[in-house]
Amino acid sequence: MCRLFAITSEEPLSPMLAIDALDVMREGHDGSGVGLFLRDLGGPFDHMKEAPILSGIFTDEGIKRLDDFMMNIGFLTKFRMSIRVPKTPPPGVPKRDVYLIRAYDYPEAWEQLANEEKYARLLILRLELRKMGEENGDMIVFSFWPDVIMIKEIGDPYRVAQHLGLDREDLGARVIMAQGRQNTNYAINLYACHPFFIEGFATMTNGENTAFIPIKEYLMSRGFHGYIGYNSDSEVFTHILHYMKKKLDLGLETYKHIITPLQEDDLESHPNADFLRHLKRTCRRLIIDGPNCVIGSLPDHSLFMVQDRKKLRPGVVGGRPGMYAFSSEICGLDAAIPDRDKSQDFQPMHLDTAIVRPDRQEVHTCSQTQPLPYLRSA
Amino acid sequence: MQSNTAVTVSTLSVKDLPWQILWSKDKCTLCGRCTAVCPVHAIELGVFRKRRVRASLNFSEPPGNAFDIYHGIRQRTDPAYACIGCAMCNMVCPNTAITPCRSDEADKLRYHIDRGGQPRRRGGRRNVAGGVLDRIKFIRISMLTDPALDAGRHEFELRTLLGRVLPPEENLKFLSENGWIPPVREIYPLIIGSMSFGALSPTMWEGLQLGVTYLNEELKMPVRICTGEGGCPPRLLRSRFLKYVILQIASGYFGWDEIIHALPEMKEDPCAIEIKYGQGAKPGDGGLLMWYKVNKLIAAIRGVPEGVSLPSPPTHQTQYSIEESVAKMIQSMYMAWGFRVPVYPKISGSSTALAVLNNLTRNPFAAGLAIDGEDGGTGAAYNVSMNHMGHPIASNIRDCYLNLVKLGDQNEIPLFAGGGVGKSGNLAANAAALIMLGASGVQIGKYIMQAAAGCLGSETDRCNVCNIGLCPKGITSQDPRLYRRLDVDDVAQRVVDVYLSFDTELKKIVAPLGRSTSLPIGMSDALGIDDRAAADRLSIQYVV
Ligand code: SF4
Ligand code: SF4
Repeated sequence: MCRLFAITSEEPLSPMLAIDALDVMREGHDGSGVGLFLRDLGGPFDHMKEAPILSGIFTDEGIKRLDDFMMNIGFLTKFRMSIRVPKTPPPGVPKRDVYLIRAYDYPEAWEQLANEEKYARLLILRLELRKMGEENGDMIVFSFWPDVIMIKEIGDPYRVAQHLGLDREDLGARVIMAQGRQNTNYAINLYACHPFFIEGFATMTNGENTAFIPIKEYLMSRGFHGYIGYNSDSEVFTHILHYMKKKLDLGLETYKHIITPLQEDDLESHPNADFLRHLKRTCRRLIIDGPNCVIGSLPDHSLFMVQDRKKLRPGVVGGRPGMYAFSSEICGLDAAIPDRDKSQDFQPMHLDTAIVRPDRQEVHTCSQTQPLPYLRSA
Repeated sequence: MQSNTAVTVSTLSVKDLPWQILWSKDKCTLCGRCTAVCPVHAIELGVFRKRRVRASLNFSEPPGNAFDIYHGIRQRTDPAYACIGCAMCNMVCPNTAITPCRSDEADKLRYHIDRGGQPRRRGGRRNVAGGVLDRIKFIRISMLTDPALDAGRHEFELRTLLGRVLPPEENLKFLSENGWIPPVREIYPLIIGSMSFGALSPTMWEGLQLGVTYLNEELKMPVRICTGEGGCPPRLLRSRFLKYVILQIASGYFGWDEIIHALPEMKEDPCAIEIKYGQGAKPGDGGLLMWYKVNKLIAAIRGVPEGVSLPSPPTHQTQYSIEESVAKMIQSMYMAWGFRVPVYPKISGSSTALAVLNNLTRNPFAAGLAIDGEDGGTGAAYNVSMNHMGHPIASNIRDCYLNLVKLGDQNEIPLFAGGGVGKSGNLAANAAALIMLGASGVQIGKYIMQAAAGCLGSETDRCNVCNIGLCPKGITSQDPRLYRRLDVDDVAQRVVDVYLSFDTELKKIVAPLGRSTSLPIGMSDALGIDDRAAADRLSIQYVV
């Protein structure tokens, strides 16, 4: 089972904090890979919140193709964070030419566009780059989005972080998600590494998704170009979140009602029964069947955790105003925020959603049996 | 027959028949129960003359003959009275002195059973055992990477939807704007498929209804039963139990007069309306209730004279095209119940199923599609239709489901599969396989007759006289002397047993696959089969 760790803090933190937390939980992952998602960035990126940042891994050939491609459509490099790696990677980590973190200026022609339109185009570009990379095997693109950096690599999280020099001063973020991988498929494809990202939404999961095939088929038939990939059965969790927010315009409290809806007995006594019944029916193909713990990040910088219907995976959230962390195990939380009131630690159960809102002042929890705030007045 | 006379071509010996009666003179008490019970008069009292040659060792006594008479059972060889292997004689014999035995080679009767130019007709189902469903295995067992669930202790929600489900975007929009959202029923995925009041005896029908009601009201299992063509008894139409019933309308429209008249007095809406366009056992052929079974009650419910055969035309005669058939008929049925009742068509398994389905996807009212495969049963049909016409259900359902996936409509139009589900006794495994191939639920007919009422029919042509009203078990007969054999409460009890054990078995299948919170519709990654061609055809895994 993979191990998950996520933290949200008023002050930017080094990703090493998350890597250390994963290291504490290393008995639970086999060091076969690591994924990092950084948002609400500090350091040099703090001053360019609007600039889309491209994260990925490239060969020298791939970088050339990337530059040509970006130049052609008018993207100019605004800032580049160079990651210099030693000539020989540590055991278990592949040799790569370039780990890319590069912020761009939008093309002039885009200046007039509304943000929505810009973002839609960013997705198209990322998918296009991904396709180009898959054709030639020279680029792997994780994200292309303002204020977001993603790093994924095969190998032990701690070694990878050392190798990439992630302890550098100028790399920090206020929202960090990290996953230490437990490999269950032998050939490791970096596109199968968590966290997954689409249009500002990111999630990571552990456990198997037993309803993967029908969910995947359903998402792929929504007619939305972003719902592709699925190298991992967990990618659907990100896409369901995206679908719920972007296509159905529903609040985070409904996420659990989609992936693990209440059963009829509970629905009967729910104040929003009618709405929830309709939601359950129409989104029936998006019901997951666990065992999964999902941690996700929203564009507004909220961070949340939900569990499957039977709560078959561990997960805890705790911290203090200004800094909260979500972790697979309490030892990970202890490593990251030792000076917290542990009596306030919360382990979301089968009906709960634990959310730390952008103000980072408290852990907000909601249960599926409560009325939906979004619909309360309706 | 004398050995030196001419042999007529259709004169058969006992050996030429499919079943031979073995009778023991030693055990027989000559009680006569067997000859009385035999539905086809295949046996009769025989008086046998026996000659014994007497030759004494004592030469002074001349040799001579002694003639004896003994009584026993004689099997008739006239094709019209050929034994059907039902073994009722065996069941009633106090000394088990008699039993039918299947011939050790193919019978000759089949070549002579069309006297008068009338091809063989019968009830039952296709005379081919087994099938691809029995060979499908469930291979994606949760092991360590995700714990298997506990079929006995975890909570399960094995429900399905019957009705047109809108895409989420539209549904939520209509909900907030008070728009019309098609009615959807949440039901148990095992439906008792259409068997008409008329084809079934009153005791059988009542037993099924009683069992279904008990499952709903006492056990909270939302099981539904379809009437078949031929209407519905007036009291049921006006009772609150109508909500457990799917009313079928077929090309003969039998019984619909009664239904329409009952509309203003209905306390509850029916669960749904099934428009029958075809049936798996005899695709392209209409329903048929032979005159033997059209008694006073049946005639009254169906609105016809007594004692006439009631063939329904192969198609709905008032309509000319699929647009007419499907769109207009579905709409008018919706209208009859104020758009509160789902309406869906049922067709025979066919290579044209996809065309029907595509039509339905464009019809916003179509509440689903039921497909009945070649292994479906019937009360009466031509032998040739049953044995040779039709399409297997597995690939038909799979094609339709994958087509819906391509269109993005897989949650919108539920598919129901029928036709031979559980034909080898593996009801839960067959049903689960069909669900994972893409069916939202399954319909059963013959299975429930066998399990709930002891029907003797088989794929090896045993009994199968459902068409002529002589059902020895009283299941498909309108003769009170026969249907009194069937106890209503016993049937109901067995229906409940069948559903409870099915439920446990279904859980025993889905729990190890790590599924419990929703029916694993289309979970094709769980399926495997040891036949490469079948695996490719069904897009599931090939395993050996
Ligand atoms: S098996 Fe059935 S049909 Fe044959 S003799 Fe016995 S009772 Fe009659
Ligand atoms: S027992 Fe009755 S229903 Fe079953 S095959 Fe014989 S006649 Fe038909």
